[in-house]
Amino acid sequence: MKCAPFDYVRAGSVEEVVKVLGEADGDGKILAGGQSLVPVLALRMARPSVLVDVNRIPGLARIRPVDGAVEVGALTRHSRLVEQTHHPLLAEAARWIGHTAIRSRGTTGGSIAHADPSAELPVVAAGVDATVTIAGPSGERTVAAEELFLGALLTSLDDGDMIVRVRFPLPTRWGFAEFARRHGDFALVTAVVAEIAGSLRITLGGVAAVPQRARAAEQIVADGGSAKDAARATADEIDPTADLHGSAPFRRAIAGEMVRRALAQVGIE
Amino acid sequence: MNISLSVNGERTQIDVEPRRTLADALREDCGLTGTHLGCEHGVCGACTVLVDGEPARACLMFAVQADGSSVTTVEGLEGTDGELHPLQEAFVAHHGLQCGFCTPGMLISALHLLDTEPDADRDKIREELSGNICRCTGYQGIVDAVQAAQGALAEPVTTPEASDE
Repeated sequence: MKCAPFDYVRAGSVEEVVKVLGEADGDGKILAGGQSLVPVLALRMARPSVLVDVNRIPGLARIRPVDGAVEVGALTRHSRLVEQTHHPLLAEAARWIGHTAIRSRGTTGGSIAHADPSAELPVVAAGVDATVTIAGPSGERTVAAEELFLGALLTSLDDGDMIVRVRFPLPTRWGFAEFARRHGDFALVTAVVAEIAGSLRITLGGVAAVPQRARAAEQIVADGGSAKDAARATADEIDPTADLHGSAPFRRAIAGEMVRRALAQVGIE
Repeated sequence: MNISLSVNGERTQIDVEPRRTLADALREDCGLTGTHLGCEHGVCGACTVLVDGEPARACLMFAVQADGSSVTTVEGLEGTDGELHPLQEAFVAHHGLQCGFCTPGMLISALHLLDTEPDADRDKIREELSGNICRCTGYQGIVDAVQAAQGALAEPVTTPEASDE
């Protein structure tokens, strides 16, 4: 349960991170909050030769309202997201991440880059159509969150890339519901309802390898249908896998119920 | 790597390998074995310490990351003349521990909760301590102890003059 040896670089700038990752040639890892990476290292499921610590890079932990959205620096701790008032959906979602000792270290950029299918921030990012700004060897680029997530723990980030900030559009109405077996556990199902540019998006976490839109349910709501019908459609349109924590039928039922609860928060019964 | 950190108010210089976790550095290099290691991958909460006032799993932080930081461990709870902290007193009085392995992490988590939310109710206490696993007590005694400590910490300190009267 001890990590394999690695070289440690305390980066002073994003440019330095990109440079060191480039030199590591695919064998380097960014160390931010460490709440997902360090367990993986401790279990020796990964043995990177270089860890680039980004925790001391100045200016990466800002939360900034910009027109119609909130920009969150990659190094923003979950505990700061809980406290901020610019983006209430983000604050509510962050409250559900792990425990206090996890939230005080874990970061926005880290959670998005880790792309755990049951984590809260990727679902919110996909749910509000967030855009992610990435620094890489050829400069900065911005991609939609939905294009970033390719699979469970898999993103379109290249080895030399670093997420620097995420732009979360502000929904005009929103709902958030989550079910976990114990408080602080990863979610069995997370449902995010967000009205973005006039249309209501329903996005689920924990039911597939990446955050998944419940498009049939969205259509029912757009046509003036009830939350109950949307819940039923959700259960039908997803294809969750069974594991130790819940059978597939159970997950379908819970997903429907979470959608119903999240819709209730925006006044759709 | 040479690092310098303040542990329970004492400036400490240690030389550590980058892969040394903060928990191992506290135990092996600083000789402070009060911080316990249960799972060593961030699940059990036994190694919880305060880093610059915020709770952190000491097994999920490398010691080199704490360079220049101020760390509080369970050893930092007792008073200058060795008397127990009101939280520790309450854990003793209310059966907040049996084997004691999880206790350092419980105490640090509870300390942070009572610092930030002195009026936390029973549900909130349970929620906060849900990140610390105890396999003995069934948690009742632990929650009782934290509630009792709330009462003890809220009592006004009596000055010697006042108690003479």
